[in-house]
Amino acid sequence: MSTQPDLLYSEEEEDLRAAVRDLLTDHCAAADVIARTESDTPHDRALWKSLAEGMGLAGLLVPEEYGGQGAGHREVAVVLEELGRAVAPVPYLTSAVVATEALLACADEELLGQLAAGRTIGALAVALHHGPDAHHPAVRLEGGFLRGELTGIADAVGADVLLVPADDGGLYAVAADAVTLTPATALDPTRPLATVTLDGAAGRRLGAAEPAVRRALRAAAGLLASEQLGLADWALTETVRYLKERKQFNRPVGGFQALKHRLAQLWLEVVNLRAAARAAADALATGTDPDVAVAVAQAYAAPVAVHAAEEALQLHGGLGMTWEHPVHLYLKRAKADSIAYGTAGAHREALAGLVDLQAP
Amino acid sequence: MTGEDELRARTREFLAAHPPAGTGRLEFLRARFDAGLAWVHYPEGLGGLGAPRALQAVVDAELEAAGAPDNDPRRIGIGLGMAAPTVLRYGTDEQKRRFLRPLWTGEEVWCQLFSEPGAGSDLAALGTRAVREGDGWVVDGQKVWTSSAHLARWAILIARTDPGLPKHQGITYFVCDMTDPGVEVRPLRQITGEAEFNEVFLTGVRIPDSDRLGEVGDGWRVAQTTLMNERVSIGGMRLPREGGMIGPLARTWRDRPDLRTHDLHQRLLKLWVESEVSRLTAERLRQQLAAGQPGYEGSGMKLAFARLNQEISGLEVELRGAEGLLYDDWTMRRPELVDFTGRDAGYRYLRAKGNSIEGGTSEVLLNIVAERVLGLPAEPRTDKDVAWKDLAR
Repeated sequence: MSTQPDLLYSEEEEDLRAAVRDLLTDHCAAADVIARTESDTPHDRALWKSLAEGMGLAGLLVPEEYGGQGAGHREVAVVLEELGRAVAPVPYLTSAVVATEALLACADEELLGQLAAGRTIGALAVALHHGPDAHHPAVRLEGGFLRGELTGIADAVGADVLLVPADDGGLYAVAADAVTLTPATALDPTRPLATVTLDGAAGRRLGAAEPAVRRALRAAAGLLASEQLGLADWALTETVRYLKERKQFNRPVGGFQALKHRLAQLWLEVVNLRAAARAAADALATGTDPDVAVAVAQAYAAPVAVHAAEEALQLHGGLGMTWEHPVHLYLKRAKADSIAYGTAGAHREALAGLVDLQAP
Repeated sequence: MTGEDELRARTREFLAAHPPAGTGRLEFLRARFDAGLAWVHYPEGLGGLGAPRALQAVVDAELEAAGAPDNDPRRIGIGLGMAAPTVLRYGTDEQKRRFLRPLWTGEEVWCQLFSEPGAGSDLAALGTRAVREGDGWVVDGQKVWTSSAHLARWAILIARTDPGLPKHQGITYFVCDMTDPGVEVRPLRQITGEAEFNEVFLTGVRIPDSDRLGEVGDGWRVAQTTLMNERVSIGGMRLPREGGMIGPLARTWRDRPDLRTHDLHQRLLKLWVESEVSRLTAERLRQQLAAGQPGYEGSGMKLAFARLNQEISGLEVELRGAEGLLYDDWTMRRPELVDFTGRDAGYRYLRAKGNSIEGGTSEVLLNIVAERVLGLPAEPRTDKDVAWKDLAR
């Protein structure tokens, strides 16, 4: 019995969820998220301050002796579910998970403490589409200074420190004001992308890049499933609510069997995704076979989140095509998430090796 | 109530008193029932101890380690999964005492007389009549899709007792003696070649009123207990990784590199992931039940199980290529147990077609999820307030 992952939510995890959801209900309205996508500040700094400094959530993965909360991946997963549900424009996944995991691999006490406190935001300078097994580019180390260009770096805009892999095999901490950031126009404007140009920037060597990046991206891929669960759960819940209200042909649209069956199928996918996401979070927390659990979760989660958002759009009819209705935020995030940290196909390929189902 | 350690100790004590090696199978099973170790969540005196259901695993592990015989649950699945929970919930004390022990030990096999040629998804439209005569009932009608009818001692039966009421209200639930001379069982051959099911003709079958389960006219409500348990038992079995239909396919893949293609590989990996996720969902459901948290996941398990079984077995036939063109045996047989993952790929493919029909079609289950879980409007019901005898058929 003990070999099975704990797939439920503890009472403390439910309390954490309620607290995060309350905060987002009050301070992350969909209309404001939409408006912010066309502003100069893609991140909601006030919301980040409440989450990170007010609630201490940036330090969940960081041990208490480094100034963190000493919690774990299960709690982080619950926070990500709620952030996904609100498509919240905060650098939580990139700073409190990805950069933090990389720093944990390097045991860099100084930066871990700063990131855990939430006043410093970190970003790993590896393009968002790379999965844990992918080969990623590195910048050149020349005479002690870093030179090169890295594209597709999520949440680099707004970060205080970048964690940059260099061609000597090291991972370097580089202050954001020592690099040039060129924002890209991203498909998902709530998770901004930028090109990072280093033109002889000074960096502090943190440790070996390869294990740190692999660890960071594995955690990212596994916990992204919880964000995708939050997105999908919003899409299902909101669509069901809308279809009970919306009337055509003198009856609620949700009473048509063709739509009932589609929503029931979607519900089943979301139920499955919940189990897969919980299993990945639990495996990362306990260290029990995390490679398989993460690959399974991400191979399953990406298409489900996209399907949920696409169904939500279609079933909202013309309303779903408007800039004003938030469903496009979910579609853009879900589609971008399906590429982030490795596609479903890349994770299936990883599984082929992990569970001995070799290619021809 | 019993804790885990206490239950383990009790099981060991029982094993010491009834060493499996020196005890006859039936004698052992009867003693196990009487010791409350059959299904620990049942009440004391009825094979249980009133303990949490999750603790059954503690007993089973001890017994298995000691090499104890089991009650061959696959052979008596209908009794264990459907008849027993219904008898437990609606039976009188006397009925519980009479039926549950031989049901659990497998001495008496049970079958289910629900579906009719004219009442499948619309089960409540059933037309088998039960007419009051003296202190009993006389039953006439035809049932279909009855597995184990040719082996069964008892059947759970629903029949119409008042045609003047709307269809859901005039039904009563009975236990039917399959040895009654009015019961005729005919094999119903299916696409696999074998006859795992039967047609059952009921002609002047006499049932004493003491074999009625629940109130007269309350049969539909009683049947819900049976049907919910059927869906849980079909879709909710606890399995290890690769424990279901994906197992034979994965083994064939590993054993036969000569059959592999890139297209099949992509599809295999996708189904492997879906099987693993489905297994995790079943495990999550089990944990929810053990923690006393009501979960809706069970309603969806059978849907996933049916689709996966069909896709996986279909892929395996294709993977086998030239061998996929062959079939092991079309001979008409009457198997004692149903094994979805047994025999060869062709059999599994054909048998799996039934998974989305038996125990509630996938289409009806989707309606149930949409209406009961998501709260979407119910299908229009033109038959709700019409007497059964006035319905179109």
